[in-house]
Amino acid sequence: MSETLNREGLLKAYRIMRTIREFEERVHTDFATGEIPGFVHLYAGEEASATGVCMHLTGADYIASTHRGHGHCIAKGVDPVGMMAEIWGKATGTCKGKGGSMHIADLSVGMLGANGIVGGGGPLICGTALAAKIRGTKDVGVCFFGDGASNQGTIFEAMNLAAVWKLPAIFVAENNGYAEATSSKYSVPCEHIADRAPAFGMPGVIVDGFDFFAVHKAAGEAIKRAREGGGPTLLEVKLSRYYGHFEGDQQTYRAPGEVQTLRETKDCLMQFRRRVTADGEITDAQLDAIDGEVKTLIDDSVVRAKADPKPAPAELLTDVYVSY
Amino acid sequence: MARKITYQQAINEALDQEMARDPRVIIMGEDNAGGAGAPGEEDAWGGVLGVTKGLFHKYPGRVLDTPISESGYVGAAVGAACNGLRPVAELMFVDFIGVCFDQIYNQAAKFRYMFGGKAETPVVIRAMYGAGFRAAAQHSQCLYNMFTHIPGLKVVVPSNPYDAKGLLIQAIRDNDPVIFLEHKVLYTMEGEVPEESYTVPFGEANVAREGDDVTIVAFGRMVNQALTAAAALQKQGIHCEVIDPRTTSPLDEDTILESVEKTGRLVIVDESTPRCSMASDIAGIVAQKAFGALKAPIEQVTAPHVPVPFSDALEDLYVPSPARIEAAVTRVKEYR
Repeated sequence: MSETLNREGLLKAYRIMRTIREFEERVHTDFATGEIPGFVHLYAGEEASATGVCMHLTGADYIASTHRGHGHCIAKGVDPVGMMAEIWGKATGTCKGKGGSMHIADLSVGMLGANGIVGGGGPLICGTALAAKIRGTKDVGVCFFGDGASNQGTIFEAMNLAAVWKLPAIFVAENNGYAEATSSKYSVPCEHIADRAPAFGMPGVIVDGFDFFAVHKAAGEAIKRAREGGGPTLLEVKLSRYYGHFEGDQQTYRAPGEVQTLRETKDCLMQFRRRVTADGEITDAQLDAIDGEVKTLIDDSVVRAKADPKPAPAELLTDVYVSY
Repeated sequence: MARKITYQQAINEALDQEMARDPRVIIMGEDNAGGAGAPGEEDAWGGVLGVTKGLFHKYPGRVLDTPISESGYVGAAVGAACNGLRPVAELMFVDFIGVCFDQIYNQAAKFRYMFGGKAETPVVIRAMYGAGFRAAAQHSQCLYNMFTHIPGLKVVVPSNPYDAKGLLIQAIRDNDPVIFLEHKVLYTMEGEVPEESYTVPFGEANVAREGDDVTIVAFGRMVNQALTAAAALQKQGIHCEVIDPRTTSPLDEDTILESVEKTGRLVIVDESTPRCSMASDIAGIVAQKAFGALKAPIEQVTAPHVPVPFSDALEDLYVPSPARIEAAVTRVKEYR
């Protein structure tokens, strides 16, 4: 059992991870039919990272996400029904069908947006953290980014700025091994992304991203430190994505059987279930029930998304300015 | 309204009054305090040219020196705006936009639309622009046209101290991202400025001089060049109407079109390079919407399509001069 999560918390964590998985598997299936427009980048396989971090956050804490943002959205409390409608380009979507998969945002729950620009979120999260610090709240900002973004100047600048201003910011590097098709073994010349943290005068922590409990513990420590005025942390989460960079990616750069082996041996949901049912406090039946409820929720979100109207033509010209 | 202060003092006063009025207003930029962490006095500089001088001690914790990381701190200003503050970030020279444009045009400018109208990003990016300081190609450009191109941004180009104060206060109170561009040659320009706080609305042009013969539309420092030319032309019996749009986005098309309907002749003065410029933009608008009123081809007085040169002999040729404006006005006036 986790040291900090009670039974209710464990069930909540499982529900979030399962919701992300179900959501992404369903988008994967539906995208293949050609009905979903544009680009989608799926988070399946990485659920323990978003969930392990966001379980520590309140609605007043902000996160910035990436092009692979569905998991972060769900973990931060964005409504999956609105998200599905958004991905389908419908007026009922989280962003009224104007943002799409790469731009789902809901500031009302502290979700500052998936982001189509790799590394775009780092400076923004410095800003939300700065606002919290100036106002004297205990709120934090979390920037999720990938191994690709770890090489962007914006991320270096943001980590430096966060350290200079001692901001309540946490930089979560989700190293899934590939920036599009390029291996992080090629593009990250040091052994670990976290090795860069001391250069910015902040702690660097490496954690197994298939292990929810490991992420939850490491993130908890970093977030607590930030809330107490201890400044930023770089947390490198080692994980893998189960699908391609984008849907349609044939993944010719990956080893045969790579994903299948991970699914069978390391999957975060599988590990979580095994661990929490081991002492009998949570039963397989309880988790199965959550699986069923989540499947119903996601099935329903797709039915609704398909039936919902597209944005009216007049929407083309609205929402550019508050006033103009 | 007898008090006269400089354009630079007007900007400082606008920042001061808004910081006093609203605790959500913070300012940040390279050396905005100046001397942070250095052995000398903090607030030693108050900005590279002293525009933010005196605010550091007055508003503790709200005037932030930044590392030289434009992308980092401009983005931080944008993020802070999303989380309830009203930041004013200073990009020392507008030329530095190249290292932080993403945070402005892909992030701040697009949030409201991409997020379905549910975001407000009340951030102001101040930047110094323009030629005339022998500062050469990377510290002298006139880039308001680039920002004007981007939906979601508002772009302000004050031409005098009164407008500088009122437009900056409006910018800080505005709920959209605003690019506020200060011509470095104008910092020492004096003018009458009320001591009390006031706003100048966006999208409302100032008719800086009235006349019936030729319309001159000019931006920023060029308004003053145009007024100099207009005064000289008056002596030759040519009456120019000089229009200062004050903001390039939103743009007060109506005032320009009404003037052209009256005069039938248009000269646009733009310190920017000519391609895809405010000059070409306004020429296009007038050609489309007031074609029937035109009695002569539209003249555009701009910089040439070259980088800003260093040597005074070349830089003085680069910037549109009153003499070039006079010549253009004379050409359109005499066109038959």
